[in-house]
Amino acid sequence: MEKVNYEKIVEKHKPTETRGQNAFIAFVTGGIIGVIAQVLTELYASWFEISTKDASTFMLVTLIFLACLFTAMGFFDKWVTFCKCGLIIPITGFAHSMQSAGLEYKKEGPIFGIGSNVFKLAGSVILYGVVSAWFFGLLRLIIMGG
Amino acid sequence: MIYIYSFLFAGFVCMLGQIILDNTKLSAGHITSIFVVTGAFLDTFSIYDQIIAHVGAGALVPITSFGHSLIHGALEKASDMGFIGLLMGMFDLTATGITAAIVFSFIFTLLFRPKN
Repeated sequence: MEKVNYEKIVEKHKPTETRGQNAFIAFVTGGIIGVIAQVLTELYASWFEISTKDASTFMLVTLIFLACLFTAMGFFDKWVTFCKCGLIIPITGFAHSMQSAGLEYKKEGPIFGIGSNVFKLAGSVILYGVVSAWFFGLLRLIIMGG
Repeated sequence: MIYIYSFLFAGFVCMLGQIILDNTKLSAGHITSIFVVTGAFLDTFSIYDQIIAHVGAGALVPITSFGHSLIHGALEKASDMGFIGLLMGMFDLTATGITAAIVFSFIFTLLFRPKN
């Protein structure tokens, strides 16, 4: 009985505003990264006179480079704590997870520290991405023939 | 106009992730994995290609595009080589991102020391 009451009270005092606020911040920061990506792609395409597809690869490398650098310099963690999914869902989150894992386990040495822990968080993305892409690709090959 | 679409799509995906993160017990790792699988699923029927064509780079930035690139490369190779092509082409398009992330994070790990 008491436990039920307690849960009710907790439910009542759960900060609903912060959820909406979090979603809004994630929307804005994610959107800003999307716009930066589009601007960079067009800049690279016109600077180096390459196709949009190649320019988007350059853009991804730039974002990954910046995310790694800012994480290593120490202030990207604060941004991630503030923006949450706005920075975790874009490719910056992938780079951030690898860089922070590398730094965190640096003291345990190059093999058992950096080597085996760099993919600690990013590994699940690669694993499930590859397995699902293989499975869906297989289905498509069997059903639609390519 | 494409800037607005980029903003809206990338923002929408991030907001969706944030809403899932806040309202369920799933961690950020769960959500990124789910989004990658979603991206791979959407590209099975070439839906994600349509999104990229309309939205531009805003659709390439969220982690969903990682799943899309994986299956896209695999299917491209599979059209030449058959089933073995799925294995050969899997990392064709994502190689740049993964290699860049590995190389940069390793170099910066050596150069910088952790803050705490």
